[in-house]
Amino acid sequence: MRKPRPLLSLAFWIFSSLVTLFPIYWMFVVSAKNRVQLFGKPNFLITSFFTENYTRTLQDPAFQRYMINSIVIATSNALLCTVLALLATYALSRYKLAGKENVFFWTITNRMAPPAVFLLPLFLLYTQVFVVGDWRMFDTRIGLILLYCVFNLPFAIWTLRSVIDGIPRELDEAATVDGANTWQVLTKVILPLARPGLAVTGILTWVFAWNEYLFAATLTSVHARTITTGLAEFVTVTGTNWGQMAATAMLTLVPALVVLGIAQRHIVAGLTFGAVKE
Amino acid sequence: MRSSAVGWLFLAPTLIILFIFGVVPFLYVLVIGFTQWNTFAADPTMQFNGVENFRRLVFDTPFLHSLWLTLRFAFFVVASEIMLGYLLAQLFMRDFPGKGFFRTIHTLPLVIAPIAVGATWRLLTVPGLGPLPYYFRTWFGYDLNIGRYVDQAFMMTVVMDVWHWTPLVTLTLLAALSSLPKEPFEQAQIDGANRFQIFWYVTLPMLKPAILATVFIRMMDALRTVDEVWMLTGGGPGSATRYIGLYIWRVVFPKTDYGYGSAMSLITLYLTIVMCWLLYAALVARRDLKRVEA
Repeated sequence: MRKPRPLLSLAFWIFSSLVTLFPIYWMFVVSAKNRVQLFGKPNFLITSFFTENYTRTLQDPAFQRYMINSIVIATSNALLCTVLALLATYALSRYKLAGKENVFFWTITNRMAPPAVFLLPLFLLYTQVFVVGDWRMFDTRIGLILLYCVFNLPFAIWTLRSVIDGIPRELDEAATVDGANTWQVLTKVILPLARPGLAVTGILTWVFAWNEYLFAATLTSVHARTITTGLAEFVTVTGTNWGQMAATAMLTLVPALVVLGIAQRHIVAGLTFGAVKE
Repeated sequence: MRSSAVGWLFLAPTLIILFIFGVVPFLYVLVIGFTQWNTFAADPTMQFNGVENFRRLVFDTPFLHSLWLTLRFAFFVVASEIMLGYLLAQLFMRDFPGKGFFRTIHTLPLVIAPIAVGATWRLLTVPGLGPLPYYFRTWFGYDLNIGRYVDQAFMMTVVMDVWHWTPLVTLTLLAALSSLPKEPFEQAQIDGANRFQIFWYVTLPMLKPAILATVFIRMMDALRTVDEVWMLTGGGPGSATRYIGLYIWRVVFPKTDYGYGSAMSLITLYLTIVMCWLLYAALVARRDLKRVEA
């Protein structure tokens, strides 16, 4: 093999990391400047940190509500999708079901539709059909949590399928012989082995739900608005408040970064999971 | 041995949710697609008009243009992302100092909301504020203005998408690469194969299912991109980046032409499914082949 050249590879990784980070860094720079400092020759250094973009956003009660809504919706959706996908992939992997490969493919077709396709019917359903007395699905958290399943569940199922298929059947059979029922096989054998895969699935579905914009913007008005819709509100017909938009964008990054930081270990474990062969 | 009733029970919640929030709206679109329904028209009620909407589609030049743009966009982003992602995945297979740290940095764009990605790239490219137009002008004398030049706007949406989604390709291909058995590589080396031959005859065939699956996922998402492009260019200049999702949105919401918008959605959905089905068929054929060999 070739000689390892640590300095060269280090230089390469530092360079490519700078390219990756630069847009985010620039967003941070914009968020830390006032209107006057922004224009003219781009200045990459932050001489004085202009905090008003952040304080004004953070102290806004509407923004606080957006943030809480986003956290609640993304977390509930990720948990729901991961649990349902585990059950579904277990069934697809271990049971002889008529037409199950078609069912498997059908799930992903739900993810294919351009979101614009579903906006109109969902808007009408949420405002006129899914109504119980005074309560309607429009502008509720539960409405978005269930709706996000349409694109997150297929993703979770397609990711978990190979993970569950990769767990040797002999293990379930051995457990069954030892007297475990289906539920015990699922919780005592499959669940621990699939944990890295489940973690990765949960994290990615969380991020997708957190990031969704189009449905959240169309199907909510006041109570269930999420942070991404709040971000787009800074672009108005009369001009854009660049500084505050950048500050809000930075704030939408924070939870995603925390999740990524915590989950890094699991993502690595989940990635190498496929390497554990019988 | 295993009753299929239990299997269906496990699948039930998934199928119910996908039915209510996926199939029901779809059926709704299917009905509306065959009607004339525009709340701003002279007659705002829903009226059945057969295949009129679909006939209109075939002669709708802006629609066909959007479709072509979307396909071109999907082709460019998927091709670039697969090549770049594979390269990075291969490089991540080696050991070097700070590997975990660099991998985290290279995963970062993936977790950013498309709307925030659009905002970020807008901040980079707005004339007068963004550093990209400034340095392109002072260093190369090149006028970068995605609000004015059609090709630049298209290229910038591609660059943005590549920046955003290459990490996903890197991660999936890295997972696939690290799950490959070692023996074939050692065998090929013993047999005296050079690096290109190893890549072409050993790595590539074994990675093919993973690459196809990644192309499949990325193509599907590229065909439906809306938010980040909307934030970056708003579909402009003119209609240069008005990809199909943006076009449908314009017809359905500001113009409230529900019937025509629904017909357009149906055709788009149909084309997407056909393209993905072809890819999936390739995947399944491969899997069956493996089963036969085993």
